[in-house]
Amino acid sequence: MLYPAPRLAQPPRVVVTGAGIVSPLGLGWKANAEGFRTGRYAARPVSLFDVSRQRVKVAAEVELPGTIPLMHLDKRQGSRLDRAGQMLLLATQEAWNQAGWEASENLPMVLGTTGGGMMLGEDYFKQALHQPAQHKGQPTRALFYQSHTQARMVAQSLGTNGLIRLVSNACASGSDAIGHAWEMLRRGHAERILTGGYDGINQMVFAGFDTLQVLSPSVCRPFDAHRDGLLMGEGAGMLALETLESARKRNAVILGELAGYGSTIDQHHLTQPHPEGNAALAAMTLACESAGITPAEVDYLNAHGTGTQLNDSSEAIAINRWAGSRAVSLPVSSTKSCIGHLLGGAGAVEAVVCMMVLREQWLPPEVALETPDPACAFPVVRQAQEAPVHCVLSNSFGFGGANAALVFRRWS
Amino acid sequence: MSALYVCGLGAVTPAGWGVPALRDALAKNEPLPIKPLARPGWPKPMRSRQVPPPAPRPAFMTHPRLRRTSPLTHYAAGSALEALAGLGPLRERKGRLGVVVCLHSGCVQYSCRLFEEILANPGTASPMLFPETVFAAPASHVAALLEHTPLVYTLIGDPASFLQGLSVAADWLETGRVDAAVVIGAEENNWVRGDALWHLEHGAIVSDGAGAVCLSPDPAFSLGVKLEAITDAHTYRVDVKTAATKADTNGSTHPHAAFQATPWKSRWEAASAMRQQLPPGSAAELLSDGLGESPRTDAAESAAWQDWPGARVHPKRVLGEGLMAAGAWQCVVAADAVAQGAAPAANASLVGCNQQAIGCRFLRTEAKT
Repeated sequence: MLYPAPRLAQPPRVVVTGAGIVSPLGLGWKANAEGFRTGRYAARPVSLFDVSRQRVKVAAEVELPGTIPLMHLDKRQGSRLDRAGQMLLLATQEAWNQAGWEASENLPMVLGTTGGGMMLGEDYFKQALHQPAQHKGQPTRALFYQSHTQARMVAQSLGTNGLIRLVSNACASGSDAIGHAWEMLRRGHAERILTGGYDGINQMVFAGFDTLQVLSPSVCRPFDAHRDGLLMGEGAGMLALETLESARKRNAVILGELAGYGSTIDQHHLTQPHPEGNAALAAMTLACESAGITPAEVDYLNAHGTGTQLNDSSEAIAINRWAGSRAVSLPVSSTKSCIGHLLGGAGAVEAVVCMMVLREQWLPPEVALETPDPACAFPVVRQAQEAPVHCVLSNSFGFGGANAALVFRRWS
Repeated sequence: MSALYVCGLGAVTPAGWGVPALRDALAKNEPLPIKPLARPGWPKPMRSRQVPPPAPRPAFMTHPRLRRTSPLTHYAAGSALEALAGLGPLRERKGRLGVVVCLHSGCVQYSCRLFEEILANPGTASPMLFPETVFAAPASHVAALLEHTPLVYTLIGDPASFLQGLSVAADWLETGRVDAAVVIGAEENNWVRGDALWHLEHGAIVSDGAGAVCLSPDPAFSLGVKLEAITDAHTYRVDVKTAATKADTNGSTHPHAAFQATPWKSRWEAASAMRQQLPPGSAAELLSDGLGESPRTDAAESAAWQDWPGARVHPKRVLGEGLMAAGAWQCVVAADAVAQGAAPAANASLVGCNQQAIGCRFLRTEAKT
């Protein structure tokens, strides 16, 4: 039953036993780890739609393979997934295979997205507007545009079934989905959950951000004093989360522990964060409190860091306030400097990056950073480097004031 | 943890603004008048039921965050404020309020307007529109309006997701993260939403509005109703339903028989599993179901509840297919019937259009004095 919830003596610890990633740097852990470790920049001219009349003409697109492993899906079902759905499928399969889970009739999936199958929605709209008497393909588009249909197809490909929950808290969706899955496990709603986030680049969102003039016409440089906007990206990140007891029972390889989560809302403005970063500060504080740690114990902070003036200045102040004296030595970077902003996929992909950092003990650099914003009391990681990392914090903020922070611990 | 009480209900429907208008419309049990909804390129408009303009115009619509928003946010805010009307003392002492907004179609009016502008010329598309197209925009506006809202989520999914939202709120309350929580289901009409619904279910009459249920563990705010249960979310596969229907027409004794090997439920099996998690019921109890105008779509839910001994109400047959709003209306109707003393208990059966079946049950308790 969803309510009342099971009664647990105490919340279990929650660990990550699988991670999957699809980003503009490539498919899978290895390709992405190489890219993030060296700070490779993935921007390229937009090929998905016409941008000739846009102010900005680049984005970080994912190169999808010609054929996608469909597992339990047939070809027809697979052909109905749009780019976003395909990225979700690939990331989920990687996490699934790494976790070594077997098909189950009750495996919840908690996902974050802002657009789901928006590309299909755009196609639907164009056909309905320009060819209203032409119905071919419209029922399929109407169905597969819906993100729960995409999630169901992914579950179907794995041979699993279970609750599908979709969190759409703007650009914090991925982190909120993971945090919410963590809460569900700690409440006893399940022993294992597939969770993460995804979004594909689509014309409406790209042009929408361009109307706001927040896309960078040059190079995305989060926390640079001369930053001029964000890079639009796409991708998917997935985690296989399970209780420690469940993982130990099956001798699973544990990649790390999800130790804390904080979620808050910034009521300052629909698109602008509070200039002092109040809600961001609250989210980081809540995440650390729930993990039972202080800022002094955090070894690396993966910032939201979009590269826009307003986000980065607000986040920098929030980090300074949260970290206090720890700020001057706390390594911070935004991996959006490599892959751009993945919207609903951002927090989830960055969670996988945090897993890489904890497992492989390096810090992802921002190689394009030239002049750090003086508002940053913390050092921004600018060069590839190895470092001992035991605990990381990951920030995600979004339109509407959605703020989420996650705390991950190294497992040894 | 003690019980969770229903502390307020809100509704914005084609019958009007407020739960009394919804109650009256269902008491008459006559489908509301149909209004035309123009669709580009079609000589005949679609059939729809639309929320009438509020009279007088509510004061909240002049809030700085709500002046330029689409009807979706107005409906969500209107239903939330009605549901929270009885929580004055809690709000005066700045009690922590959780907000869960559940959407199926979301902010379609501004989305279509923006995309049409982009297709015409992205260089001149309005920057005011884009932020309002985001699924999370209504929740953000409502949270700003209500203040003291530390936890705010937007859930998307098929209409049964309203009960996922109610379970999220229940978790927040049981873990002490908020003092009360309002769960809102909302939708707004436009031609492309109606067009899409037409492609998936020809007979449906698209409608819009919102419904809200407020929960709190504090019995002092209770309407005399407690949340007794929310079933599991029984996810189903649309194509299993289609195949099962074929099996049935081919002479199979049971529409599920051909698909027992799959871990996936058909729509029939999901509805049945949901039903089995709720008590048998009695003649005095009420069922607020999701039956509409399509026998094909309704068949699974009808079969699941064929043993129901009590009274039934079918909000969609009066109000139209409001998708997530309709899911919320069903729950509001069930809880309101218990609050009004019309039934000692009431169930809401939400068999969503293409994702899941979930049900819930409300029970009579002593009302606040």
